[in-house]
Amino acid sequence: MARYSAWTVFKNGLTGQKGWGRAWRDPEPKKAYDVVIVGAGLHGLATAYYLAKNHGLKNIAVVEKGWLGGGNAGRNTTIVRSNYMMPGNRQFYEHALKLWEELSHELNYNVMFSQRAHISLFHSPGARDAAARRYNSMRLTDTPAELWSLEQLKKEVPHLNYHSARFPIIGAAVQKRAGTARHDAVAWGYARAADQLGVDIIQNCEVTSVSRDGSQVSAIETSRGTIQAKKLGFAVAGNTSRLWQMAGLGRLPIESHKLQAFVSEPLKPLLDQVVVFGVGGAHFYISQSDKGGMVFGGDLDWYKSYAQRGNLPIVQDTAEAATSILPCLGRVRLLRHWSGIMDMSMDGSPFICKTPLDNLYLNAGWNYGGFKASPASGWYFADLIANDRPHEVIQNMDVKRFERGVMIDERGAGPDPKLHG
Amino acid sequence: MIRINCPFCGERDHSEFSYGGDASIEYPALDAPPEQWHDAVFMRENIRGMQSETWHHASGCRMWLVVERDTLTHEIQAVRPAHPAIAQALEDEA
Ligand SMILES: Cc1cc2nc3c(=O)[nH]c(=O)nc-3n(C[C@H](O)[C@H](O)[C@H](O)COP(=O)(O)OP(=O)(O)OC[C@H]3O[C@@H](n4cnc5c(N)ncnc54)[C@H](O)[C@@H]3O)c2cc1C
Ligand SMILES: [Zn+2]
Repeated sequence: MARYSAWTVFKNGLTGQKGWGRAWRDPEPKKAYDVVIVGAGLHGLATAYYLAKNHGLKNIAVVEKGWLGGGNAGRNTTIVRSNYMMPGNRQFYEHALKLWEELSHELNYNVMFSQRAHISLFHSPGARDAAARRYNSMRLTDTPAELWSLEQLKKEVPHLNYHSARFPIIGAAVQKRAGTARHDAVAWGYARAADQLGVDIIQNCEVTSVSRDGSQVSAIETSRGTIQAKKLGFAVAGNTSRLWQMAGLGRLPIESHKLQAFVSEPLKPLLDQVVVFGVGGAHFYISQSDKGGMVFGGDLDWYKSYAQRGNLPIVQDTAEAATSILPCLGRVRLLRHWSGIMDMSMDGSPFICKTPLDNLYLNAGWNYGGFKASPASGWYFADLIANDRPHEVIQNMDVKRFERGVMIDERGAGPDPKLHG
Repeated sequence: MIRINCPFCGERDHSEFSYGGDASIEYPALDAPPEQWHDAVFMRENIRGMQSETWHHASGCRMWLVVERDTLTHEIQAVRPAHPAIAQALEDEA
């Protein structure tokens, strides 16, 4: 399959866009693979890509029950940042951000990564101190971070509610290298690049059971027949517990919750950055897409759910938060809203780890921050599968960390999955 | 909006309630081994389908309820007070 370049764009522009072929193949599943990854979301596709690219593995399949990128990959609000504080998370997300910075070149696919800055507002001296602590911690891992005064903020983001907000804005913590990317393009880019390295991406192929031979996984049963796997990886986001139980492994420190997202009608350029507002019970984040739509979201729906549809009270909460910090949105119409199923973990941090079965590996627990993680998630999960040991950066990202008393709890919210973000 | 039929207040919007979580968790004795506490605090079955869960009628009678709800369809099959003695008293009355 041809490489994309400025030249091919130009040539196809002159020849009626007739020269574009398929971006990836549509193969029949083979009987057996060296590695099978379940779930063609961002994490599964990135894992397959790095298995082939970094570790030279050849015989790899990604199986997906629907279409690739149809899960949370295509449902998120596309925020990419690395403003984490806890050891482990800091190194992990900074590595992810460095991969993002090169991703379009790496994949030969424009993922529209836009480092437009991520601005977290604060509304009290206490919140400012907490932000200063977090942003100073980031600097320990060489992640540049800034605190902005109210004056600077007003200059950079003029439309915020500086005059009548219930919680007056007093400044902001800013990560300038953070921003957004086009989520579908990331899925497609990884799919195309993995396919070019020989990975079979098999869509409409639902895993219905997992066959075991003692402490080994031997095969998976799918809607397209039995597939044998020497190594098996799960990257199924909100459906993790189901797959885990198919493998006969019982309980996990995960609950499935749903999160909604919203996009407005397209507007002229209004907001150049990602702006985040969080005070008391309110939580709100917003950016403007290249098409002009305001893309935003808030909290979870507050109760466990596997239904990919949202409830109305959260629509109201989110609209209230929107108009309280950006009153100019008051009469903007909503174009679409949707929801996705989150694998919320007990401390808000993920799992990339080995499992009680020798040749089964787990990638899960992304809460609602897994988009930004995808390149590093694939990178470290591939490293784990290929070398059969966790890299030191992910050494505490295992499901057993709670037994050791290790919580990677960025929010300090405790073991209640719905409270993590 | 999910509607929950509170045994004391009648059918109300779920926004009057706050969500507790999995009602099937049994907390061990205070001096039980840490492994048992670990399992109760951290491990979840995370059912896709009918599950027992607790809801608090925070903006109503303030009773804790046990609700049998399908986590895929949100359909509710039964609601009862979480306190067994109160549930029993209601049943005796009925
Ligand atoms: C509304 C919303 C907003 C979000 N906003 C952000 C954000 O701004 N920034 C950020 O960093 N993160 C965000 N996230 C989180 C992020 O989208 C997820 O953490 C991430 O996409 C999860 O990884 P994934 O892409 O691999 O998951 P998915 O795309 O969900 O992939 C999992 C795949 O597994 C497949 N699958 C499930 N069961 C089976 C089976 N039995 N057999 C075969 N296949 C199966 C599913 O069909 C699915 O395609 C948001 C999520 C949502 C829903
Ligand atoms: Zn009541």
